Amino acid sequence: MAQEELDKAVSGEYALGFEIDIEEDKVPPGLNEEVIRFISKKKDEPEWMTELRLKAYHKWLEMEEPHWGHLEYEPIDYQSISYFAAPKKGPESLDEVDPKILEAYEKLGIPLEEQKQLAGVKVAVDAVVDSVSVKTTYQEELMEKGIIFCSISEAIRDYPELVKKYMFSVVPMNDNYFAALNSAVFTDGTFVYIPKGVRCPMELSTYFRINALNTGQFERTLIVADEGSYVSYNEGCSAPMRDENQLHAAVVELIAHKDAEIKYSTIQNWYPGDEEGKGGIYNFVTKRGLCEGENSKISWTQVETGSAITWKYPSCILKGDNSVGEFYSVAVTTLAQQADTGTKMIHLGRNTSSTIISKGISAMKGQNTYRGLVKIGANAEGARNYSECDSLLIGDRCGAHTFPYLESKDAHGQVEHEATTTKISDEQLFYLRQRGITEEDAVSMIVHGFCKEVFSQLPMEYAVEAKALLNLTLEGSVG
Amino acid sequence: MSNVVMDIDNLHARIGAKEILKGLNLQLEEGKVHAIMGPNGAGKSTLSKAITGHYDIEVTDGEIRYKGQNIVDWEPEDRALEGIFLSFQNPVEIPGVNNAYFLRTAVNAKRKHQGLEELNAAEFLREMKALVQELGMKPEMINRSLNEGFSGGEKKRNEILQMMMLQPDLIILDEIDSGLDIDALRAVSEGINKMKDGKRSFLVITHYSRILDYIEPDYIHVLKDGKIIKTAGPELVAELEEKGYGAIEEA
Repeated sequence: MAQEELDKAVSGEYALGFEIDIEEDKVPPGLNEEVIRFISKKKDEPEWMTELRLKAYHKWLEMEEPHWGHLEYEPIDYQSISYFAAPKKGPESLDEVDPKILEAYEKLGIPLEEQKQLAGVKVAVDAVVDSVSVKTTYQEELMEKGIIFCSISEAIRDYPELVKKYMFSVVPMNDNYFAALNSAVFTDGTFVYIPKGVRCPMELSTYFRINALNTGQFERTLIVADEGSYVSYNEGCSAPMRDENQLHAAVVELIAHKDAEIKYSTIQNWYPGDEEGKGGIYNFVTKRGLCEGENSKISWTQVETGSAITWKYPSCILKGDNSVGEFYSVAVTTLAQQADTGTKMIHLGRNTSSTIISKGISAMKGQNTYRGLVKIGANAEGARNYSECDSLLIGDRCGAHTFPYLESKDAHGQVEHEATTTKISDEQLFYLRQRGITEEDAVSMIVHGFCKEVFSQLPMEYAVEAKALLNLTLEGSVG
Repeated sequence: MSNVVMDIDNLHARIGAKEILKGLNLQLEEGKVHAIMGPNGAGKSTLSKAITGHYDIEVTDGEIRYKGQNIVDWEPEDRALEGIFLSFQNPVEIPGVNNAYFLRTAVNAKRKHQGLEELNAAEFLREMKALVQELGMKPEMINRSLNEGFSGGEKKRNEILQMMMLQPDLIILDEIDSGLDIDALRAVSEGINKMKDGKRSFLVITHYSRILDYIEPDYIHVLKDGKIIKTAGPELVAELEEKGYGAIEEA
């Protein structure tokens, strides 16, 4: 089939590229100790946090940007980025959120009024615009069960003991270059604590929105599930369409104690840039979960459709015996997008098990790399891993690459790896079209079939959103 | 003489640089069963692909008139929506795509095209289940991935199931009997025979005459070297069986 036809079918337009017209407080571009003190002060942080930020900043200064990813991009000028931007109104008075922000979130399909629900299901939302959380819903109802759901800035002020205990415990501040930068300048994000034996009664979610120009977003999320608790958390994101690249460097830390389970889902839809590779978000993210206790479980599900550059490896450290780690991923690269993404499963405890299902879809000039590590420690008797990495190519100009690494110190470990690369074949498309299905619907049907195992892991209301987003990204039919 | 549903006139078609159909003429009548027989490499499958609009085929000359319109430049889905159905020789596997979901999408695309209301899931499944049973298919085929891991016989039955659900006007059966055991062959031919209603036309493309014992043809056309070289009644089958294609000379 003609290349132009395929391109037309897969060059979806970015529907969320609008700008919210609000006045923002912004620091001038550049990074130094003064800027870090400014951020800390803006957030009304205690001295210990300021000190930790400065410590991270000095570590960062000594580190070098990593370039082992299968990614090509213009050098990032860290001095040209503004490290703090916040809507001028609020967020001091939660009930007086700028109506323009409420309107924008409405446009994004995220309800910020508690009586409005997503697909009829109660979902608690933390809404973050640029560097600050502007609204968090259902906090009181959750607090009745002892669940803390608030912005990380609030948590630093109100729950210092929990933050001191867990922050940097899974992703140390000098873990990597981007994590160190984040530790120095992180602005907002979400904190969740689920007490012992509590099953969180609703989906929790954070919606991140980059709005200001020339600004980086450095969010930090920390989720702690105490013994025997359960939480399902979702994050979504978007940004205006701009010709400049914007940096997003987040850190997410999860801790699951004995018998606890954390299900973390991401629908990543940052602005991807254009077909020539102009503009778009640089997404350098460190996400890691620690299965601290016995029988704990952490499950990462991600649907990555946006960003010009994605560098992201949500990982699990399986420390507790019988703990379980899962990674389900759909990564789409179209236009001129590049993604280097995958996971690390570190088996330390006995009878730990992990599952990796990765689906990469490449179209147009998109380059998609799976990079995964399965490590089985000396004491991880009976550890098991199953990995499946499938790539789907649409057209002739895109690429798929797979780098699976295995380190095993335990001869008893059981590791299975399967990888396939397929092209949407003319025969498949023709078969569906011969049955009266349009080319666009046929491409979508084949792609959805390919992603089925991952979508089935998402909470239902998000699965619907993910499918719609995938259609939008790949079909060019703005809904 | 009945109405002509498809009139293929001086059709020249190639795959890449190779010309396969070299001035083919063929008329298909409404309500009749036409069989195309011919040796391997004569252009039988190319003909079915040319009629349905496969990307591999480039029509360089001639016309395919269907219900009075030249469809040579039509998209494959538009030909399908207007009632042309191809039962594939080797149905392709599409992982993760639920068989029932796929077929309901196809059925509803056609209903929409005809200005009919779409079938809801319950109505559709009721119909599909009844046909699955009638064709002797396992009930789990309804929710399996489209053709994935199906045996040869299961794939062919699934083609017939689609045909029966889509109710096309012109049905092309490309080597429908290949890879079928006797039970599957019987089930498949019963399905096809049930579709005969005096209006619907069939084009049965086959290398062997076995299938023609089950689906009685009205006309036999012999395709050789890109052209129809002989058209006759069903009595030609016996002659071909006896003497082979080599003995048939251009009329």
